Amino acid sequence: MSSDDNKQQQPVDHSRRRMLIGATTALGAIGTAFVAVPFLKSWMPSAKAKAIGAPVEVDLRTIKPGQLVKVVWRGQTCGVMNRTPQLLQQIEGHDEVLSDPESAVVEQQPDYAVNKFRSIKPEWLVLNMHCTHLGCIPQVLPEPGSYIWEPNWPGGFYCPCHKSKFDLAGRVYKSMPAPTNLVIPPYSFLDNNTVIIGVSSAGAA
Amino acid sequence: MAKPASNTKKRAHALFNWFDQRLPISDFWEAHLAGYYAPKNFNFWYFFGSLAMLILVLQIVTGIFLTMHYKPSADEAFASVEYIMRDVDWGWLIRYLHTTGASAFFVVIYLHMFRGLLYGSYRKPRELVWIFGMIIYVLLMAEAFMGYVLPWGQMSYWGAQVIISLFGAIPKFGGVITEWIRGDYFISDATLNRFFALHVIAVPIMLLLLVVLHLSALHQVGSNNPDGIEIKDYKGADGKPIDGIPFHPYYTVKDIFGVGVFLFIFAFIIFFAPELGGLFLEHDNFVPADPLVTPIHIKPVWYFTPYYAILRAIPDKLGGVIMMFAAIVMLFLLPWLDRSRVKSIRYKGWISKFLLALFAVTFIRLGMLGMAEGTPAETFEARIWTFIYFAFFGLLWFFSKYEKTKPVPERVTK
Repeated sequence: MSSDDNKQQQPVDHSRRRMLIGATTALGAIGTAFVAVPFLKSWMPSAKAKAIGAPVEVDLRTIKPGQLVKVVWRGQTCGVMNRTPQLLQQIEGHDEVLSDPESAVVEQQPDYAVNKFRSIKPEWLVLNMHCTHLGCIPQVLPEPGSYIWEPNWPGGFYCPCHKSKFDLAGRVYKSMPAPTNLVIPPYSFLDNNTVIIGVSSAGAA
Repeated sequence: MAKPASNTKKRAHALFNWFDQRLPISDFWEAHLAGYYAPKNFNFWYFFGSLAMLILVLQIVTGIFLTMHYKPSADEAFASVEYIMRDVDWGWLIRYLHTTGASAFFVVIYLHMFRGLLYGSYRKPRELVWIFGMIIYVLLMAEAFMGYVLPWGQMSYWGAQVIISLFGAIPKFGGVITEWIRGDYFISDATLNRFFALHVIAVPIMLLLLVVLHLSALHQVGSNNPDGIEIKDYKGADGKPIDGIPFHPYYTVKDIFGVGVFLFIFAFIIFFAPELGGLFLEHDNFVPADPLVTPIHIKPVWYFTPYYAILRAIPDKLGGVIMMFAAIVMLFLLPWLDRSRVKSIRYKGWISKFLLALFAVTFIRLGMLGMAEGTPAETFEARIWTFIYFAFFGLLWFFSKYEKTKPVPERVTK
């Protein structure tokens, strides 16, 4: 009883109280951070979503000259286009209006697509169709002049969302909302008639 | 025969007292309604706060009933909305109340915010009222965006694609963050399911909390008025502001009249033009979501279009995103950008009046351009208005300090 009275008469030790409050707060914050991890992580793609990422095979015999066929790989719309010599010719002669004519931005294509036509075989274009601005699917307008706002349109892809323009090799024009060329996904040829998207010639991607 | 009546009265009074001793009912009534003194010179512009509360309640009630029939899955969402429209008794009315309510919410909130700009309602000591209000506005945009995804139509899908991709502009972590938001490598069932959870529970709870904070902060400092002067400076012998009147019954009655007019217009739209020519419900959203086909002309719903125009005007992905968010951040800073000696536009000089009118025109014009196709000429025009939008805040900061103002009356005027 008397020792309790003594304690009450002692002044409050503020530095000790601060230390205790600080330690409690710090420990509480660390605990909260740890508890937050499972909740935040639960938003990442699930095992099921990850499993649906298998490569896609496309039979090239079904694609007519000049035609572009869309397939879905990992939820991304990819296009396989049969480019005629005429279409290949339309890719040339406008390098000066392009933002990255040499495909210098590394992440936009595998090494084997760093060339003028951005493809393994010039006639077969394999393209991730999503605009590099905000992911819309550009329209395919291969005919010269088919984009009505531009009489000199050499043929290419035109994004309806924010008006980005790309040529028939998916190369972006200068001063567009889209910062880079369209992405070339990893792909390879299983044989002369089949292309597989999602697997590089070097191996699985 | 008068005796039983008075007995009943006594009992009712005793019952009330029983509760009042255990719950601060009459204290609350006194502090926020019958004893809350508001300036007596409120005008037309003061209808919209109470209307916003009405719409919030409407959205929550209609929303609860919609969740009873809606299926938050990519396979079933679109069909379940059509089911609500065609097969559920009165489902069409509940849904149209909810969709029209969303647009009405923004109409009312934009007018409510413009009132703040007109009369300097964000100025000291009401900075927090404004900040809480702005947070409500941002939450409301998130709520509206996620709600628009739920029907899983073409605009739902591609609108979500565009908005979520905005976060992809963040250097280095953009890819991981967009994957984290979507819960998949593309907009999918996982995305729809979590947006549903956020739309029906997480954001509404935050909204309700913010409304409590917004009103608590307001009632702590008292309402501003069209003259921008403090009624608390002139109190009568009873300690009540001479130029103030109790919120109840005076302004409750006034607001009920406003509610009547509002519901008249609101009902007209619901019954005769629920899509409002594609403004409130876009035509493309009556087509089920298709990841393989982008609609020719993607545009957000009208209340986002001013910011969308700014996004499109900047020829750089990260820059466009930054400018779009900056456009909203600027509004948060208004209490400190306006350095005028007076609050209300009534006593500011012609430069302030011109700037505010210009800002209103800019916002509307950007909204129109955000809906347009985006031809080169339109993009060029959008760049000019974007510049004016941001210039407004700089000019306000400069001119509000040095502009000549008119003398402010001591008591409120008509």
